[in-house]
Amino acid sequence: MNATFYVSATVAVLATALAITRPNVVHALLYLIVSLLAVALVLYTLGAPFVAALEVIIYAGAIMVLFVFVIMMLNLGAQAAEQERKWMRPTTWLGPALLALILAGELIAVLAGAGGEATAARPIEPKQVGLALFGPYLLGVELASMLLLAGLIGASHLGRHRRPRDREGGA
Amino acid sequence: MATVPMEHGLILAGVLFVLGLAGVLARRNVVFTLLSIEVMLNAAGLAFVTAGSRWEQPDGQVMFVFILSMAAAEVAVGLALALRLYHRFKTLDGDAVREMRG
Repeated sequence: MNATFYVSATVAVLATALAITRPNVVHALLYLIVSLLAVALVLYTLGAPFVAALEVIIYAGAIMVLFVFVIMMLNLGAQAAEQERKWMRPTTWLGPALLALILAGELIAVLAGAGGEATAARPIEPKQVGLALFGPYLLGVELASMLLLAGLIGASHLGRHRRPRDREGGA
Repeated sequence: MATVPMEHGLILAGVLFVLGLAGVLARRNVVFTLLSIEVMLNAAGLAFVTAGSRWEQPDGQVMFVFILSMAAAEVAVGLALALRLYHRFKTLDGDAVREMRG
């Protein structure tokens, strides 16, 4: 189980690093899907099978499909990747990358000094998660449903095609 | 069965979060910014699940479900905004809207 964790953690970090540096959006998306699947495996080894399944179904499935649909609608050509390459000069990314690296180093230094607490030996079953979700966290579920409704209305409003006449007047 | 130390899960979450942060800071394309935000949200969820696993409580997974629904709503609105940006300015450059003219 330990080896599975470390191998999939390495895959996740590598795939994410590649995903944020690709000039082509579709390549980046494919790397990100690999990264999300690796994180799902990590979640499984941490004893959270329910959440691992959700990661595959919703993150790697639904959300990434949304990204792919939008990229298909944008119909970006080869010149978009060329533009990305032009934006990715070392002067652009060196500063942020260096600062992020410092933060990562601090985080790792703090966490590596801690006592090595073991994670759960037994997986936490979906039944326990469901009981907690619809028991003490019921208000959170209601709030999440309201948030999803707001997201739905917002996305449908923003994604609506307006006639040119309306665009002159409103917005 | 030997289990993974909690710190290693948290370090993985931290590294993934920092990678997403670097992506947000370094990329100008709004689609890449949204992708990087997804990475950061995912890393936060991983940290919650790791902590939940340490104390053998389901609360971490409950928080992951909330983060998941929040990420779904966020990405739907964000991608709709990216589409509007592209239709209006014919570019995905986030700097194109810096004037904030209506």
